[in-house]
Amino acid sequence: MESILVLTHADENGAMLSKGSLEAVTAGEDLARRVGAELTIGIVAKSAAGATAQVGGAAKRVLAVEGEAFAQSRFATDAAACEALCRAAQATIVVAPGSSRFARVMAAVAHRAAGVIDTHVTAIGGADSVEATRWFYRQRIEAVVSREKRPWFLLVDSGTHPAFAGDAVETPVEQITVELPAVRTNVTGTRAPKLDAQTIRPDAKLLFVAGAGWTKKQPDGQVHVEQAGELILSFLKTSGASLGSSKSLVDQGGEGNSVLPFLTHLNQVGQTGSTPRHAKGLSTCCHGEEPHVVGWRFVGERRAVSLDPNCGWTRGKADVVYVADAFEVIGKVNALLEKVASRS
Amino acid sequence: MSFHIVVCAGIVPDPLQTLEPTTGPNGPGIKNEMVLPAVLDPWAASALYEAANLAAKNPGSKVWLVSLAPKAKLQQVMMSVAQKVSFELVPIDGPIGGFPDAQATAAVLADAISAIPGLERERMLVFGGWESATRGAGVTLQLVGERLGIADQFQGVDAIDVRPDGPDAGSFEVLERVEGGKHQVSACAGAPAVLGWATGNLAEPRNNPQVGMANMRTIMPALQKAKTAALDGNGLHYVSVSLPKQQRTTRVEKNMSADEIAAELAEWIGAD
Repeated sequence: MESILVLTHADENGAMLSKGSLEAVTAGEDLARRVGAELTIGIVAKSAAGATAQVGGAAKRVLAVEGEAFAQSRFATDAAACEALCRAAQATIVVAPGSSRFARVMAAVAHRAAGVIDTHVTAIGGADSVEATRWFYRQRIEAVVSREKRPWFLLVDSGTHPAFAGDAVETPVEQITVELPAVRTNVTGTRAPKLDAQTIRPDAKLLFVAGAGWTKKQPDGQVHVEQAGELILSFLKTSGASLGSSKSLVDQGGEGNSVLPFLTHLNQVGQTGSTPRHAKGLSTCCHGEEPHVVGWRFVGERRAVSLDPNCGWTRGKADVVYVADAFEVIGKVNALLEKVASRS
Repeated sequence: MSFHIVVCAGIVPDPLQTLEPTTGPNGPGIKNEMVLPAVLDPWAASALYEAANLAAKNPGSKVWLVSLAPKAKLQQVMMSVAQKVSFELVPIDGPIGGFPDAQATAAVLADAISAIPGLERERMLVFGGWESATRGAGVTLQLVGERLGIADQFQGVDAIDVRPDGPDAGSFEVLERVEGGKHQVSACAGAPAVLGWATGNLAEPRNNPQVGMANMRTIMPALQKAKTAALDGNGLHYVSVSLPKQQRTTRVEKNMSADEIAAELAEWIGAD
């Protein structure tokens, strides 16, 4: 008989649960219902009052670790908090969000609990046993795994489950005491990349990828990096898209070539970059090589603008490929989107 | 302040290779994986370059590269990696690929690190990629740190800035990737610590034949003495391993005008 613990944490403001945590609650609730298991929710927060209200009705038992020390996303304190919650719940399966905060600590917590862990889980299924789906080789091979050993920790990728919307049911909260370890690290804040505006928008419907072609010589024999930058920023502003890039373009900055000043490694999508989840993706001036395209695994509809009619996108990696000059096309798209915006 | 930097790095198929899963007597694997061209895991390679850079800035520091892979494959990859930066190789002869259990891999790596002669814990920084290009779980390095009893761990690291002198000499600031394209900034009292690197900020170093020759003098004997490690399955069972079935039917538009394309794209972007 399985018993399930969903571990959650507060968002960056500290009062409410993060979106990923609420998605993990949905995953845990679905699993508990399917296997007929009892569900417990564990909360790590500076103050758990707001978070508790959000998970009303999901579980009969809610545990919380609260305090100033847990306001910070830090290995030593988060690992201690999660370990304490696991010991209190004694669950056989622990579901948690694959957030940066929990991804940093959960393997260590699994080790402390003498358990095992699988991360980047995109689905939890199975008929007679619990099975987890995840990707290997940077989203190139999909596998379904099961484990005999318990407790089994499952870190669920964000965007794979809907966020839990709780009922207005008040659930008593059990406070769990944590023996704080020696703290040698202090989180001093967050820092955004050197940008005029934030270009990475995980919740955007559209991913816009700028490839290396934007900084290459154009038909007039000149490079037009400044114009490229203006077109891209204007597109991001009018469309609300999130900006991604290929490794080759981001790397140009480290090689002393002309680059788009607002691009950093954080924008990189693919083998050594991110694998974002957006409903749509538009690639421009990018060859669509496999190391980049693996980062598009969870992008729904895909279109590309490329001067190369034989680029990787034409080989079953995009829905539509326009063989055209991205400078010209994006300029015109911007004008159309601005017109639509001015009307509304 | 000098550091003893241990970099954990695996061997992965060259990202441009086509991968096809196959099932053998020991479970799933990649077809012809042993003959596919291989490279040092990209994020772990970033960690190695950052380690060498940090060691160069802090005289007296030393870099070890701990790698678990088939000996023959390690030798092949080291021929190019050795020309980049100076390090001492700690090879472990073991299975290749992303399908072995991460917990078992971490146990072997932690044991190998513990056995490094002259490694001083109070100066130790354990580096590696925050995720590999094979398993991509982001747990191995964390488990290594936990097994070594290191309570300061950072993942998705893009920068480390060490205080060179003063009362806080050896303490450092770390930038870790967090959601929304931001970095979390942390101040750590100093070694020992685990840093799982993302891309960092360094370009790949140019090949330096002199560094390569110096490295190979110690790499070859180390490879000959490499211990063989068997990995525990930890009750991991693969129900299925498959390539994604999604293959799109691509419409290639070669003759549309820029105006027509723009109109179609604008409509597509605006549609729900």
